[in-house]
Amino acid sequence: MSEKKLAIIATKGTLDWAYPPFILASTAAALGYEVEIFFTFYGLQLLKKDMNLQVSPLGNPGMPMPMAMDKWFPVLGTAIPGMQSVMTMMMKSKMKSKGVASVEELRELCLEAEVKMVGCQMTVDLFDFTHDNFIDGVEYGGAATFFEFAGEADITLYI
Amino acid sequence: MADFDQELDASGLNCPLPILRAKKTLAGMDTDQVLRIVATDPGSVKDFEAFSKQTGNELMDSGEEGGKFVFRIKKG
Repeated sequence: MSEKKLAIIATKGTLDWAYPPFILASTAAALGYEVEIFFTFYGLQLLKKDMNLQVSPLGNPGMPMPMAMDKWFPVLGTAIPGMQSVMTMMMKSKMKSKGVASVEELRELCLEAEVKMVGCQMTVDLFDFTHDNFIDGVEYGGAATFFEFAGEADITLYI
Repeated sequence: MADFDQELDASGLNCPLPILRAKKTLAGMDTDQVLRIVATDPGSVKDFEAFSKQTGNELMDSGEEGGKFVFRIKKG
């Protein structure tokens, strides 16, 4: 069986959007794919040593709210100070109770499975990050670096 | 004699953990050895079929026991 390749661009840095790249990458690796994830813009948050990712109900009408909170606080309610940390806490405890892995655990599984992680150097500079902010084992490059792998990939996803 | 060589309890774990744990356990086994997996994630039924098809490990059987999903996979 020749090795298939999966290329992912991860562009989002919220708790909910951290899942798709790490779930797909770790699973593909388990299925025998060679995987590379290119982290750009807010996606760089997923490479931070301490991720501290949040989820926000603001501007997200599709997000189920506990205790029918969306009915009591329509739209504006989601902008109440503190709502983001409350929802993040609730989401994390819900995930734990349902046996969903933490983002940290999934990232660790990706690293174990030798998923290659590439940080976009342009956005690292743009946000004044340094490589020290990120976990070990990350490579840095630009669009051309991405295409070097994606050009050979069987599947490419933009998340 | 047990009809499997190793067992993995993936109860309470959700996608994609049962698959990832199974893959890891299989990696430490020999060809033709059988891994029995117990899971509670209903999605794992379809996922283990797909896993087997794509990895060349044979899904020998798949069923339910006491409200849990049980699989036997032979390492290919």
